[in-house]
Amino acid sequence: MTVMSVPILSFLIYFPLLGAVILLFANRRNSLFIKVFTLVISLVELAASIPLFFKFDDAAKTMQFVEKADWFPEWGISYLLGIDGISLLLVLLTTFLTVICVLCSWKAIEERVKEYYITFLFLETAMIGTLCALDLVLFYVFWELMLIPMYLLIGVWGGPRRIYAAIKFFLFTMAGSVLMLVAILTLYFYYYNATGIYTFSVLELYKASIPIVKQYWLFGAFALSFAIKVPMFPVHTWLPDAHTEAPTAGSVILAGVLLKMGTYGFIRFAIPLFPAAAIDAVPLMSVLAVIGIIYGAIVSMMQPDLKRLIAFSSVSHLGYVMLGIFAFNMQGVQGGIYQMLNHGISTGGLFLIVGMIYERRHTRMISDFGGIAKVMPIFAVFFMIITLSSIALPGTNGFVGEFLILLGAFKSNVVYGTLATTGVVLGAVYMLWMFQRVMFGVVTKEENKNLKDLGGREILILVSMVFFIILMGVYPKMFFKKMDTTVVEYLAFVKSKSAQSRVLEQNTVAPRVAREEANTNLTR
Amino acid sequence: MDASIIPACEFRWIMPEIMLTGWALLLLIIGGVTKGPVASKTSGVLCVIGSIFALYFTLNLWGTNLDVFNQLYTIDNYGTFFKALFLCILILVSIVSLRYADREGIGSGEYYALLMFGVLGMMVMTSSHHFITIFIGLEVMSLSIYVLCGLLRGNATSVEASLKYFLLGAFATAFLLYGMAMIYGSTGILDVVELKKYFLLKQPFSATMFVIGLGFLIVGFGFKIASVPFHMWTPDVYQGAPTSITAYMATGVKAAAFGALIRVFFTAFIPFQFGWSEIIWVLAVLTMCVGNITALVQHDVKRMLAYSSIAHAGYILVAFVTADRALASSMLYYLMAYSFMNIGAFTVVIALEKKGDNNSEIDGFAGLGVRHPFYALCMSIFLLSLAGVPPLAGFMGKFYVFSTAVKAEYYWLAVIGFLNSAVAAYYYLRVMMYMYFKETIGEPGTVDRAPQYGLVMIICIWALLHMGIFPKTFLTIAQKAVGIFG
Repeated sequence: MTVMSVPILSFLIYFPLLGAVILLFANRRNSLFIKVFTLVISLVELAASIPLFFKFDDAAKTMQFVEKADWFPEWGISYLLGIDGISLLLVLLTTFLTVICVLCSWKAIEERVKEYYITFLFLETAMIGTLCALDLVLFYVFWELMLIPMYLLIGVWGGPRRIYAAIKFFLFTMAGSVLMLVAILTLYFYYYNATGIYTFSVLELYKASIPIVKQYWLFGAFALSFAIKVPMFPVHTWLPDAHTEAPTAGSVILAGVLLKMGTYGFIRFAIPLFPAAAIDAVPLMSVLAVIGIIYGAIVSMMQPDLKRLIAFSSVSHLGYVMLGIFAFNMQGVQGGIYQMLNHGISTGGLFLIVGMIYERRHTRMISDFGGIAKVMPIFAVFFMIITLSSIALPGTNGFVGEFLILLGAFKSNVVYGTLATTGVVLGAVYMLWMFQRVMFGVVTKEENKNLKDLGGREILILVSMVFFIILMGVYPKMFFKKMDTTVVEYLAFVKSKSAQSRVLEQNTVAPRVAREEANTNLTR
Repeated sequence: MDASIIPACEFRWIMPEIMLTGWALLLLIIGGVTKGPVASKTSGVLCVIGSIFALYFTLNLWGTNLDVFNQLYTIDNYGTFFKALFLCILILVSIVSLRYADREGIGSGEYYALLMFGVLGMMVMTSSHHFITIFIGLEVMSLSIYVLCGLLRGNATSVEASLKYFLLGAFATAFLLYGMAMIYGSTGILDVVELKKYFLLKQPFSATMFVIGLGFLIVGFGFKIASVPFHMWTPDVYQGAPTSITAYMATGVKAAAFGALIRVFFTAFIPFQFGWSEIIWVLAVLTMCVGNITALVQHDVKRMLAYSSIAHAGYILVAFVTADRALASSMLYYLMAYSFMNIGAFTVVIALEKKGDNNSEIDGFAGLGVRHPFYALCMSIFLLSLAGVPPLAGFMGKFYVFSTAVKAEYYWLAVIGFLNSAVAAYYYLRVMMYMYFKETIGEPGTVDRAPQYGLVMIICIWALLHMGIFPKTFLTIAQKAVGIFG
């Protein structure tokens, strides 16, 4: 492990919090100062996170930028941070999207501006903490902390049904995470009984060899919690409500980062901690993922509300990610991770687009639009590019991710692969159909005739999104090389670990069976 | 040593108790000869000062382990821990009362004297392993609180609360005493430590009378900790009583009852663990579920907090079920965290109440986030802590309590407990939702912005954050406290 002298991860975690605390004392009337201050904080944060990308050692097999301090040594709780190739990319995505969100809320949020930006900075702290924590208690603390600001973002600054959506969001995620907490504790005491060491460090707990039946239970609890967050079919029902009611920036962060916490949780915790159970769960998870892909796409098609449509498309996209992760081969997993980033950029971008048009028209109903392309040509261009990225047109980022996932899926199981491919077609159908209804045709509504095209700030936001869409589409190697080693290690670890626990199982079961057979022979 | 002679030097071990008694008597005299707001303020301030002195003497006792007065009274870390907790509660409640009791016109020498006598009872109750002393402590505590509940003489609900608590409390006390008598009848011993030795010699021991006595003890203590099905009095009494007294009861009485319960059961009845832990298992599940589910439908915040306090008793019982004596510290830690968050929450309720009206409809919280951001923020912290959201003390408390259950392989109990805390999150968040998401409903009541309330809230928030983020100090103290069971 390389131990850094500068605690850069801690800085990334607590810097936004510091900003939030300073904002507490700001004069609430001076909203311009509050906005600029938050923007500066988030830009500094972004700037501080970029060196991570370049200083990251692509070949290292262990966690990097590790920080370790005792928190409560008697209980084995430590302050342990570190990132690998997977969390690195997600941390960067988070810092990037936070800047975008601050920019896109510039005019959209007019009430309680101060509280809004405090909440946002607080959320950034929790998100980065979740991604960097390698101690299960620390992870759980940040994981739960993410809930509160998101709950407030939806509940205070959301749409008309915001209260319902906020509470639904909170209860779903909370119910999932409490089960995970029981599983964490069980694992902790199991490890103690086996080795005599109290520890919550994931790196230590990876070494535990857990009987397979116990693995099923623990994996079940972890998986349920993460599946709710992803969200997988059938526990996805909170997502459309939360997305629809959240303010634009809330939707962007929710789609861009919070949903990724679920899939990230699978990769970091659920699968490597309980590999044998995870491999046995492949049929179940894959079937649910495929259902999610197709179901999400079909439901999207029929949505009258733009935001709801994108929300259901998220269910479909995240289905791909899960399918890739549970293919357990290089292409699938890498594609899954790449798709996590893509989804953050392209779905985040779509929410931004919808937010922009909503600011102008105060409606999100598809039927209220039509022919917008003529009125807002610049807007139309960006919308088109992001839509194409979402349907995974070659040359955009979406293509790379989806292609790899399907490759991985076909390699592991042709049936899942085939079924998932239909999702690609359906995806094109609902996105293009939506695009056509909103943008093309004649302008039917009087209100749409005089819409103002994008301003400088909006163009800046969208250009930066499109930049990544293209960059990740044409030069994916830049990102893949960061995660190559990590993913190879991860897969090798999961496979060897699961084989090992199966061998252990054989050794304990086989003698018993032999003994029983001997007994029956004797009685005969 | 001749048993009939008590050496005078032993009195120095009970300085905190002497201090409280003397101070309370002084306040009674002051209350007898003076009247009016100045007298009330003076007694309040005196009460705070007296409690601080007593706390100082109590803290000096830390680390002392000895039996005094012919084994009738015990000084040990366990008792000292609880004494310090009660005195903290007393100090916080008195500071709140400085303003609240004044407003309601109940602040007089007697009020503060009764508060102190109540704490005296709690202290006696938790620092003895002799049944008789425990019983005397319980009675001293209960009698003071019966009176305190009914102090709002002009208010029917307050009087009702007092009477209800008195009648049911008398029954419960009778059960407890009867239980003790039966155990005495079957063993001839009243001392908990002696009982333990006796049981270890006489295993297996299963006299019918003893089993019934054990059951009665559970009933008696179950009443005081407000566990289901002995909780019926809680909502009415908590709602009717003056709010400062509600805070005092919800924290002090519960902690005292748990203190005695844990001491008795974890010392004497450990050999019968498998018998009673099944009963407590059922009680814990019932208490959590009934408390939380009923709290879901409450419209009155005070009543909601009453039901939530029932649910919290259930969480503590989860750790009690395991009978893991080393991890009894989790219960102590939880009680500590619980006391601070509850007192904090009740303080906010007090600040929002109107004079002479002890209803606190949830509508009154609507729009608080805009009207009084500071109070709303404080209340949110208390509610989030009650809901068990990290990094507040409530989370760490739940974490330790449930980890005790997981360690003892009571997985289902832990799952039920965690699911309950998810349910509980709903009604705590509902108050937050009213504060932040809703517009003010009707004419907003005036909010009392007295510095006393602010002080108490800040102390509570500091305690919650400190206990949540750096739990080590507090847990080490709790672990030392339960060292006596070792």
